[in-house]
Amino acid sequence: MTLVKTTYNRRSFLKGSTLAGGGMILGFSWLASCKPTPEQIKSMPKEWFDINGFLKIADNGMVTIMSPNPEIGQNVKTAMPMIIAEELDVDWDDVTVEQAALNTDIFTRQLAGGSQSIRQGWESLRMAGATARHMLIAAAAEAWQVPADEITTNEGILSHEASNKSANYGEMASAAGAMAVPEEVALKEVKDFKIIGTDRKNVDGLDIITGKPLFGLDIDEEGMLIAMIVHPPAFGMKYKSMDTESVKAMPGIKDVFPIEVYPEGVEKQWSDGGGIAELVAVVGASTWQCMQAKKALKVQWEEASKPESSSDHDAALTKLLNTTAAAPARQDGDVKKAFKNAAQVIERTYSAPFLAHNTMEPMNFFAHVTSEKAMLKGPVQTPEFLEKTLVSVLDMPLEKIDIMMTRMGGGFGRRLYGHFGVEAAVISKQMQAPIKLVYSREDDMTQGTYRPAYKITYKAGLDKEGNLIAWHVKGAGANDDLVFENRFPAGTVDNFLAEKYTLESNVTTGAWRAPRSNFIAGAEQSFIDEVAEAAGKDPIDFRLELFDRAINNPVGDPEKNDYDPKRYAGVLELVKEKSGWTNGGKARGVSAYYCHNSYVAQVLDLEMEGNTPRVQKVWCAVDCGIVVNPLSAKNQIEGGIIDGIGHATYSEMTFENGKPIQENFDTYQLIRQQQAPKEIESFFVDNGIDPTGLGEPSLPPIIGALANAMYKSTGKRYYNQPFISEKQVLG
Amino acid sequence: MANYTLNINGVQQEIDVDPSTPMLWVLRDHIKLVGTKYGCGIAQCGACTIHLGDDAVRSCQLTVSSVGEKPITTIEGLSENGDHPVQKAWLEEDVYQCGYCQAGQIMNASAFLKSNSNPTEAEIETAMNGNICRCGTYTRIKKAIMRAATSENA
Ligand code: FES
Ligand code: FES
Repeated sequence: MTLVKTTYNRRSFLKGSTLAGGGMILGFSWLASCKPTPEQIKSMPKEWFDINGFLKIADNGMVTIMSPNPEIGQNVKTAMPMIIAEELDVDWDDVTVEQAALNTDIFTRQLAGGSQSIRQGWESLRMAGATARHMLIAAAAEAWQVPADEITTNEGILSHEASNKSANYGEMASAAGAMAVPEEVALKEVKDFKIIGTDRKNVDGLDIITGKPLFGLDIDEEGMLIAMIVHPPAFGMKYKSMDTESVKAMPGIKDVFPIEVYPEGVEKQWSDGGGIAELVAVVGASTWQCMQAKKALKVQWEEASKPESSSDHDAALTKLLNTTAAAPARQDGDVKKAFKNAAQVIERTYSAPFLAHNTMEPMNFFAHVTSEKAMLKGPVQTPEFLEKTLVSVLDMPLEKIDIMMTRMGGGFGRRLYGHFGVEAAVISKQMQAPIKLVYSREDDMTQGTYRPAYKITYKAGLDKEGNLIAWHVKGAGANDDLVFENRFPAGTVDNFLAEKYTLESNVTTGAWRAPRSNFIAGAEQSFIDEVAEAAGKDPIDFRLELFDRAINNPVGDPEKNDYDPKRYAGVLELVKEKSGWTNGGKARGVSAYYCHNSYVAQVLDLEMEGNTPRVQKVWCAVDCGIVVNPLSAKNQIEGGIIDGIGHATYSEMTFENGKPIQENFDTYQLIRQQQAPKEIESFFVDNGIDPTGLGEPSLPPIIGALANAMYKSTGKRYYNQPFISEKQVLG
Repeated sequence: MANYTLNINGVQQEIDVDPSTPMLWVLRDHIKLVGTKYGCGIAQCGACTIHLGDDAVRSCQLTVSSVGEKPITTIEGLSENGDHPVQKAWLEEDVYQCGYCQAGQIMNASAFLKSNSNPTEAEIETAMNGNICRCGTYTRIKKAIMRAATSENA
């Protein structure tokens, strides 16, 4: 039995309080989302009892669980409550889920990013459920005058066998709230899980398919105006002046003015990222009117720093790869000597362009700022940090700032950078009115915060037997130094050298689904494929040999190696078996990668249709520890695979004198239904290890599997993304 | 500005807007039906798909002045309780991730199945190619459409 210390902030316990109107509010959302049967209506709760901030229990035994973390489509709003419900021991059908507001007194890490919600929430969510169950048992023990340890629970029912007493949680909820919070609680054994590990449908499913207002862009508040922004048309430019007279007179337009989002001296957070310091705001009665005004508005911009073009980025990255680092990131053995002694040396360079996140829902935020308080609501992955920036920008104490989270129409890292929330607040303050800031697709795509452009060179040395004896990796990225020096194949090669460089660019960059890995994995796994071929070995066997080395006789300090070679080999073996791997004949590629604490191996079959790959099937083996909700875990895996294939094949952001060439989906190509894989099958390693991330890990390796399969089909290696340039596809 | 009477989800709605206003913004900003989504504004993503009569159209390209008498159906009016066969199939397949594109996908799929009740996989792919799903739920969308087609034929 696992015992965990309860670590609540005691303030978070609203003991025995009945929530004013709680039943009403919840009853409503429950009605709206579940279309209750007559029996359910009969059991509509009258009173709700707050147990510990994470959950409320109604007098009739219904349970509301708060989902603490932002929902960006990774389905934590289903998975996190499942974990609480498991330890609480309730029937999942009696549970409804609500999005919690930002409240750092109760919840830790209300942030979506790095595939960490489940991993980091695991223990605290289990504890929340177990604590509540413990208090319910204590309440029953007192009511029945029996020892607590003789009371059992089962799906929301408390029983005491000896005295033949039983009650549902609702009957004890009020008393439970008044019980002492235990110092420590016991958690369930993995084998006893009834909810975790089972397929549970998305709790917001019905709301999504009926078009309910779930998203930030759907917000509509009394007296609300629409605000849009105009940002500099090119990186390296800043606001100079404008003529607003005629535009202010346009129908529906309330005001047009420059805003200083980040005035000199404000305290920025990392989450402000590439937020632009000075913008133009257009405020009006409706979105279409603001869009028209934006078009008519003439703004003068001036140069702030040297404008850059894509050709400059490419040349500068190449130049960096031709330098030699004074201090390499990692060095084992002597690569120079090893390359000299090698029977074969292979050297290849890979590149990838800037990418926009292009969440389907463009950036937006609602703000109502008065001299008294600031109320904000919208889609942001980092509400806690947004609040901190607002303290400085609005010069207002933290207690007066409220941030509510909405469902997000995609994140992929973009909504880690909440500058749009700050912009909304500044505009609302100026207007003295509630406003909803709306980015057009063009504003969104050309704002920046891109996945950096990357370039990497790999060099491998093989001995006469085809053993890998030397490995040299040199990587560079825009505002990012790219290489993970302690990841595979570090620790498997005697002579190993890793160098990394950063290109300073005024094109702003940020985390994009599986940062760095989203490029490195594809490059490294294509390179390994080429090296295995040169060694005359099967690509899976070649990798397994390397993992054997890391398991049995690792190079350097194994503690330093940032992966577990056994789990790595495990997913490769699983995908080998499931795909019925053979290396001959078919246009089939394999790839494996580890990031965000999870291991993924994939096999991909494709057919080329002209020069465009059509993926027929992907087999994907994943080791992410315990899988909380396999149904949605598979959805994440499928999404990552399609995302990876799409971007590596079709997408790019390019620049001419600082100006983004792609502004919308006519020129920025995203993968579509006819290009998507026909079938994806996922498999999990069942090992009972605490769960790790899933929002990102399936994306990086698929690019390698794709490139390797394309090679099998065309005889050509693919070094530069996008593999199929837009010109070729669009004609 | 001009006055229009529109038939939306079976209800007559009076509005006073500029004739060039796309139905997307009429629905979202004026009628307050926000299930229809903005994704690109230039006919590239399909997030704004609605039905004009029986046809799936992109409401970002449909000006209010060109609607006339034709009835409009949005995701909110596709069924009373979310029980249109396509919606039911979406629930069964647990299609969505972020969910943002799905109203457009469902509106396009439901109009398509009306015109072709027994489609092949390739026909589904062609019909749905105009609807981007940034989260990459394409394989589930296809499965859901096949499921809906079978259930309708059953
Ligand atoms: S918003 Fe109409 S097609 Fe994209
Ligand atoms: S589910 Fe997110 S865009 Fe389709």
